[in-house]
Amino acid sequence: MHTFAELIIVFVILMDLALAVTGSLSTCIKLVALQGVVAGVLPLLAGHGAPYVRAALFAAVIVTLKGAVFPWLLMRARDKSGARKDVEPLISYPASIMLCLGAFIASSWMGSRLPLPETEVAWIVPASLATVFTGFLLITTRTKAITQVLGYLVIENGIYIFGLALFVEQPMMVELAILLDVFVAVFVMGIAIFHISREFDHIDTAELSELSDWRRGEYGK
Amino acid sequence: METLKPLGQYLAVMLLSPLLPGVINRVKAFFGGRRGRPLLQLYSDLYKLTRKTPVYSRTTTWVFRAGPVIGVSAMLTALAVLPFAGRPSFLAFDGDFIFLIYLLGLARFATVLAALDTGSAFEGIGASREMQFAVFAEPAFFLGLAALARVTGHTSLSAMFGALTEDIWRTAAPVLALLTASFFIVLLAENSRVPADDPDTHLELTMIHEVMALDHSGPDLACILYGAALKFWVFGALIACMVLPRHSGSWFSDSALFLLVMLATAAAVGVVESVIARLRLIKVPYMLITAFAFSALALIFQMGR
Repeated sequence: MHTFAELIIVFVILMDLALAVTGSLSTCIKLVALQGVVAGVLPLLAGHGAPYVRAALFAAVIVTLKGAVFPWLLMRARDKSGARKDVEPLISYPASIMLCLGAFIASSWMGSRLPLPETEVAWIVPASLATVFTGFLLITTRTKAITQVLGYLVIENGIYIFGLALFVEQPMMVELAILLDVFVAVFVMGIAIFHISREFDHIDTAELSELSDWRRGEYGK
Repeated sequence: METLKPLGQYLAVMLLSPLLPGVINRVKAFFGGRRGRPLLQLYSDLYKLTRKTPVYSRTTTWVFRAGPVIGVSAMLTALAVLPFAGRPSFLAFDGDFIFLIYLLGLARFATVLAALDTGSAFEGIGASREMQFAVFAEPAFFLGLAALARVTGHTSLSAMFGALTEDIWRTAAPVLALLTASFFIVLLAENSRVPADDPDTHLELTMIHEVMALDHSGPDLACILYGAALKFWVFGALIACMVLPRHSGSWFSDSALFLLVMLATAAAVGVVESVIARLRLIKVPYMLITAFAFSALALIFQMGR
């Protein structure tokens, strides 16, 4: 069973790499959804002796939210914003994949040094740290506002897997609160992206760093 | 009898390797709804080519004539260190996986030199592209073999694959699966199969490997075709040994199973060629970087165990 859980961990890492090289926005959304679903199923495989019904219920809620609701919201935001259908990275895809690999090397070194309780599934800590880093990579090197939401979701996936390494099963209230937060965040960001694209005709974050008055040179007049 | 077996295996490889391109072609023809070339087409091609008189351009030197011969002999030497059905080869020594990589490099170097020696612009393009892709394929292959050496704790190819048992697959399945995927991608690129190069194309501008062999004729071309078949066997045998960890002890059944997996590998290549289109030229390095990432991940996993 643990070999199977390890395979899932490897799958999560491969999806990090895939996210780093995927150019299509809709594929990115689907990959993030798939990663969330896989991460949500993971406690069912790694857990043992815990109340099984509760774990299954959690998994069901997570799978519905991350696998169906979020992709739907994000796809809707993508369609409504009328943005181009690719992610427009600031660095090349090979550089992204190399950064991801470097992150994985760094996180396996860090994972071996962190004073954590022994987990039975190998690589769970490095995988979670690498996933968090991939989220940061998506946020910093992609120009669209929608990829920033995706990066945020990937970071959440990473933190979730990290939590698995610590507790195997998290307290119900904490988990539900996090899910609610993420749901509200994605919901609000979806609306925000829509409004940004309506106001500015684009969702390019590089353009959003300057005030529109300032750009037109009317400042101080 | 025991000393004859490695020799028999070696002869079998030399005889059987031209069969694999035939299998690939038949699978592709099946997907295209055609009957395809005969399974043994390459044998007749080779026989026909060896009886022809080669034609040499006046601008070429001995480098051009040496290229195919060095290429095919490097491949024949490589097969001598390669295990057959998980059984040791007769030239096995510690660290021979590095020897294998250098032999592949030597064969490529000789082919590229021969191509450049013709002074043709098209062959120059082919040589440049071949080298460009090799830069990405070789690290992936090297790291993959290094990870395998780390998994099994041996540095000789024969010992590596001999030590690969079902128990290792059970405990290190992710690592071995990643390595198999990485080797398969390298196989496709190194043997100029579809996502990287189209072996059936006849437009010089889009060819990579084939364009380098344009000026070779007669026995030289036979050497190149035979060397390509042997090279496919080298990579196919690595994958077959990888996915076939069971050693029953019976030489006959092991060998039969191994040959079956080799045919399956060739069929898999045929399926891949039929279902996916060729990548754009600038995207091929991305594919090879993916293979590199797989190998690197496998190595990191193995180190972190």
